[in-house]
Amino acid sequence: MKVARQKKDRVIFEKKLMRGNEAIGAGAIRAGCRFFFGYPITPQNELFEYMAQMLPQAGGTFLQSESELSGINMIYGASAGGGRCMTSSSGPGFTLMGEGLTALATAQLPAVVVCVTRAGPGLGRIASAQSDYRLATRGGGHGDYQCLVLGPASSQELYDLTYKAFDLADQYRNPVIVLSDALLGQMMEPVATGHLPRIKALQKEWAVRGKGTNPRKVIKVAPHTDEELIDWNRQLKKKYQMMKENEQRHEALLTKDAELIVVAFGSTARIALDAVLHAREEGIAVGMFRPISLYPYPDKALNKITRQGTRKLLVVEANNGQMVEDVRLAVDGSAEIAHYGFGGGYIFSPDEIYREIVGYSKK
Amino acid sequence: MQRMKRVYAKPKAMTEVPFPYCPGCSHGTIHRLVAEVIDELEIADRAIGITSAGCSVRNWRQFDCDMVMALHGRGPAVATGLKRAQPDAVIFTYQGDGDMAAIGTAEIVHAASRCERITVIYVNNGVFGATGGQQAPTTLIGQPTTSYPAGRDPRTSGYPLKMAEMLSTVSPESYIARASVHNVKNIIKAKKAIRKAFLVQIKDSGFGLAEILAACPTNWRMDPVGCMDKIKSDVIAYYPLGEFSSQMKLNPEESLEQSEGENRDRPGTL
Repeated sequence: MKVARQKKDRVIFEKKLMRGNEAIGAGAIRAGCRFFFGYPITPQNELFEYMAQMLPQAGGTFLQSESELSGINMIYGASAGGGRCMTSSSGPGFTLMGEGLTALATAQLPAVVVCVTRAGPGLGRIASAQSDYRLATRGGGHGDYQCLVLGPASSQELYDLTYKAFDLADQYRNPVIVLSDALLGQMMEPVATGHLPRIKALQKEWAVRGKGTNPRKVIKVAPHTDEELIDWNRQLKKKYQMMKENEQRHEALLTKDAELIVVAFGSTARIALDAVLHAREEGIAVGMFRPISLYPYPDKALNKITRQGTRKLLVVEANNGQMVEDVRLAVDGSAEIAHYGFGGGYIFSPDEIYREIVGYSKK
Repeated sequence: MQRMKRVYAKPKAMTEVPFPYCPGCSHGTIHRLVAEVIDELEIADRAIGITSAGCSVRNWRQFDCDMVMALHGRGPAVATGLKRAQPDAVIFTYQGDGDMAAIGTAEIVHAASRCERITVIYVNNGVFGATGGQQAPTTLIGQPTTSYPAGRDPRTSGYPLKMAEMLSTVSPESYIARASVHNVKNIIKAKKAIRKAFLVQIKDSGFGLAEILAACPTNWRMDPVGCMDKIKSDVIAYYPLGEFSSQMKLNPEESLEQSEGENRDRPGTL
């Protein structure tokens, strides 16, 4: 995307109408992603097909794997070889990737994994939901490992945060999950693409490419001794603490004088914002808090807000109550918490969230 | 004093780390053959080995080249991703029969069908060795294991998988062979098979797989010599040796049969 025109000292970039799923692909290629291994599953197919079409044009490799299990392990191989790589899926396939995620984290290999959430449990249906929050933020694989998790709420953010995910993955040498959903994936919105620099091949010191004349390198997913295991886990813990400390992201709106704050992420935050603005017009002192990083949860910012006087939080999410656990931990008893939400493909209307705000504010 | 000519040494592609294997285990022999081939093809500087789960899980310590540890059964998928990222590297997986013929069946079948330019060293000793001798997909009919102490009964646990034959039907561009290491003559053939499984990748002519019949004295509950006799009498009877798919048109004269008795191909160890 070229710079369209210059207006005063501000550079204005062209915008392109993009489906959310395509915005992820565009952001990835912009960030230098050159390897995509994936398996078809609705509602992420537009991303898969976007990569199939665009990645070869960018000189990259697209490969349809025989399963999500294979796909994530191909990612493991490509990442070990130093490539920026991505895979994507939805709930049932994302579950299968748990094995690969814990391996990537253990071997400290960067990768971006997208989950375009659909309504579960089980095979579920392809309607939108946010019921993979726990799976994404708490693991899915075994052992003490942790992925960074980003929760975009628009096509623009899908583009920007996917791009950001590649930087974070390389910075921490850790897998990063972009947690989207069917609604965001299918929605079309204008996306500015030119404001982020185009990344080409990166040199990664630790990657294997054949030792040449250098000492050999080993990418390990298991320690050799008990002592190494303890040391290894200590190092990983230190890294996870650093991620937790430095990578909290959020957006707060109208929170300064708010007596009640709606907490929501992703597509639900978009719907909830309408309800919050409506309630404000009606004179209710309500604000909005939107976590952008889902792991680490932006608990410092949320805790500060509740310590400053907000007494009530209304957590709205398209699941039976998953993120609400993180909210409880974040505010640590300093505010009253109510939850509104269901799993299983139900999309909120702004009106019903508005009614919840009104009802809760009167309690 | 006359200076003696060195005729036998440890391959360069092998580290100083001693083998961790049980007495009579075939892994040591097969590791050495792989290292000798890496030396002879002069590819140590661009070879990347992929380890699997099982007794050979720590063989990243043995090969003096870049190594990547893969999860159980996923070696061919990891190799696929790595080969796409580093097309000039020579990628080999080293997998046991539990790893490749059980949990990793999907990965190997599809890597073979894509004729992925990788080399697979597939060690078939008919048991899960590292976990204590449970039945593998390759365990012979009637062979006792810790999971089926009365012996494998096809009525309850099926028939042994012939991976080399099976994979050759889905991989038109490939070199797929089965060899054994139960005596010197066969070790020489095994090395040939391994060499060709590497060459087919290096020449970009296809997917390479060398299945090597191996002994596990510990879990077969037999002494090493008895194991070699068992391979000769029972194992080969079910798993015939030979080439099942050969894309090695570049060296048509270089067949397994003709390699017998050539001194320069003398194996290093027994």
